[in-house]
Amino acid sequence: MRGITKRFGPVVANDRVDFSLRPGEIHALLGENGAGKTTLMRILYGLYRADEGQIIVEGQPARIASPKDAIGLGIGMVTQHFALVPPLTVAENVVLGYTDGFRVDPARVRAQVQEAAARFGLEIAAGALVSHLSVGERQRVEILKALYRNARVLILDEPTAVLIPQEVDTLFATLRRLCADGLSVVFISHKLKEVMAISDRVTALRDGKLVGTVDTAQTAPAQLARMMVGRETFGVARQGERTPGEPVLQIERLGADDDRGLSMLKNVTLSIEAGEILSVAGVGGNGQRELAETLCGVRRPRAGRILVNGQDLTAARPHEFTAAGVGRIPEDRHAGAVGELTVAENLALEHLGEFTRGGVLNREAILSNAAALIAQFQIKARPTDRARTLSGGNLQKLLLARVLSRQPCVVIAPQPTRGLDIGATEYVRNELLAQRERGAAVLLISEDLDEILALSDRIAVIYEGEIVGVAPAREADVETLGLMMAGATREGARVREAV
Amino acid sequence: MFEKLSRPRLRIEKAPAPPWQRALIPILALLITFLLTSGLILWGRANPFEAYYYFLVEPLSSRISALEVLVKATPLILTGVSVSFAFAAGYYNIGAEGQLYAGAIAAAWLGVALRGVPPALAILLMIFGGFAAGMLWALVPALLKVKLAVDEVVTTLLLNSVMAFIVSALLNGPWRDPKSGWPQSPEILLNTHFPKLVPRSRLHLGFVVAIIAALLLWFIVSRTSIGLKMRAVGLGKQAARFAGVSVSRTMLLAALVSGGIAGIAGVSEVAGIQFHLIGELSPGYGYTGIIIATLGALQAIGVAAAGLFFGLISTGAQTVSRALGVPVYLGDVTQAAMLLVTLAMLLLQRYRIRRA
Repeated sequence: MRGITKRFGPVVANDRVDFSLRPGEIHALLGENGAGKTTLMRILYGLYRADEGQIIVEGQPARIASPKDAIGLGIGMVTQHFALVPPLTVAENVVLGYTDGFRVDPARVRAQVQEAAARFGLEIAAGALVSHLSVGERQRVEILKALYRNARVLILDEPTAVLIPQEVDTLFATLRRLCADGLSVVFISHKLKEVMAISDRVTALRDGKLVGTVDTAQTAPAQLARMMVGRETFGVARQGERTPGEPVLQIERLGADDDRGLSMLKNVTLSIEAGEILSVAGVGGNGQRELAETLCGVRRPRAGRILVNGQDLTAARPHEFTAAGVGRIPEDRHAGAVGELTVAENLALEHLGEFTRGGVLNREAILSNAAALIAQFQIKARPTDRARTLSGGNLQKLLLARVLSRQPCVVIAPQPTRGLDIGATEYVRNELLAQRERGAAVLLISEDLDEILALSDRIAVIYEGEIVGVAPAREADVETLGLMMAGATREGARVREAV
Repeated sequence: MFEKLSRPRLRIEKAPAPPWQRALIPILALLITFLLTSGLILWGRANPFEAYYYFLVEPLSSRISALEVLVKATPLILTGVSVSFAFAAGYYNIGAEGQLYAGAIAAAWLGVALRGVPPALAILLMIFGGFAAGMLWALVPALLKVKLAVDEVVTTLLLNSVMAFIVSALLNGPWRDPKSGWPQSPEILLNTHFPKLVPRSRLHLGFVVAIIAALLLWFIVSRTSIGLKMRAVGLGKQAARFAGVSVSRTMLLAALVSGGIAGIAGVSEVAGIQFHLIGELSPGYGYTGIIIATLGALQAIGVAAAGLFFGLISTGAQTVSRALGVPVYLGDVTQAAMLLVTLAMLLLQRYRIRRA
């Protein structure tokens, strides 16, 4: 790819980027969110058209106008959100859109797909329904789908984001084997450790521009970090040990159903003290969302109790949680703010009573409140901007401002840094640590183990809606946490239950 | 040496259009609508330009027909405001037609029952009675929506048919006019007639009520806390719930006020124009209200403007049909075409044209 430029309106997503891929190599594409990694690869896969620049495949200039063209040239892509049809079998998903003729013979298709899986060394049952597969298995189906279409170039967009550590190891082993057979892989990531572990070469993008391409063997994580963010150090860490405080948030044998009405949370008991960050680690979909929503009053618990400073808030409504001093950062920040309303209106929404006189809005108070919070939380927006025009980081700051300006005694933070770039992530983590310093009880729910290890005082692991273990952060290590997150310790050796 | 001459190229970008380009949209929509409908006019063997003169200009050229435009606009503004109220809170009330008839039934009953009551009080009672009746008719679908999540589009729509049967049953049964034997309710008493705003015209108090309703829509939706809650619920239900807004209470309120205002539209038609309940009281005002609310972007000024414009079109449709012999339905076709074109044009707002 030479001189690729892509604009979205006034935004330049890729600015004269060069990228080359050798046969049989794993080439990592590194950059922060919004650096233009995915855009570049979407151009290669025909999902976007470049405004300028050319693509050359095996010495020939190629015209890639659609994924069909890309597949024809032997390029396959596995996106973050899988394009699989869950009620169909693996085999049906693999051949979907790639069948010849009118008739599809299920038995023959299954045999072909099974044979292909064996040939590529991917452990998949071709007859299984995709809906029954784990995320890691689904990813393998996606990879098989690309290989089945004779892909010689495989683009993986943040493939490890959804995987537990053990699944990552399996994926890496698979990739190494496939590359030994001549497959080339583009590995999009913003995780340095993975890039160091798996890639042969690394290309870093920053703000849509090419920073450089280096051989992985001749670089170090610090250099890559500098290439990615333009500075040497990043990351925040907890300062010092805390002195135990009073338990502020107590959750006793909490149970709740998921959206389908099936029992999701089971018997969750946790207690968080003032000035403490307790993290809930786990693979997505193990009840984290239900836990957070129940603690925000958005979801009704089926069993158990929730106490805040001794006050019973079981089955209370959202505004009762707010009134009791619970600050709730929404998990889906786009669902936490009303996009079509202004920044000022969103900031006032939770405490409308303070901004009205006799039911009539006091617009000046709403605007001056917004101006003050924008300054305090460094939000890059004007009070009258619509919330939907804000970037992810600024939107998260807006939601933090709405919650933290109230000095809550409990902060519920589900996935607070998901999808944010490093700068915004650091900001959010520092804010959480500041809340801990201030003496708030912070419940951090995260899928990012690095984040959890950096911030927490204690770590609880959730698996299938149950807390399978709680341990002080200084005694926890990634290996054990990973095993617990995967449910390995569920029956037998439980990590010592602290407190 | 040859150099390529650089020619200014126009580019279409996906970015919000600047205000001056946005202002062109309604004008463009009007032009396209008329281009589309001129084919039909030619088919009806008339000259499109002449037709449009009668359609849009002729009604405004005499005082009496200009006032008639306001008369026609009155129920349309009311139903438009009614629908906007509900839509603003994300409640898709398709039942303004039935709620209008509920108000009309209340008016027909009160208009006979309020014998000897002073006119001012009688009229006030009529309006409140119509509001209450419209609310009552809107209550069941609204409760089904907030308690059981039953789709309000279906229930409010179906209740329109139920209401049509109730009206028909009343008019062919107990309320059949004893004097004429026609299926119409007995004439309402003089003290319950809406006063005329202009002598020797049909323009009545209802128009003032409609303008007040539009002003109220503006004030409540944009200036009060309940209005902000309504918008929050309408634009982002999850976020509103998360921020502690009671989604069901807000929606219920918007649905009931919406029904009430549609009910007032029924009162206005009975007490201002017909003076009794008839089966053809509304030629679909409730449904046209949806179009007007959409064209008016749920904003008071937009709804009033769209209501007046539709008043003009339906007055003009009669003029043009009298003058040139084209069917009156041309008005309906134009209204529908206008809606479709405007909706399509609204997409253009998202783009702007720039020199490359």
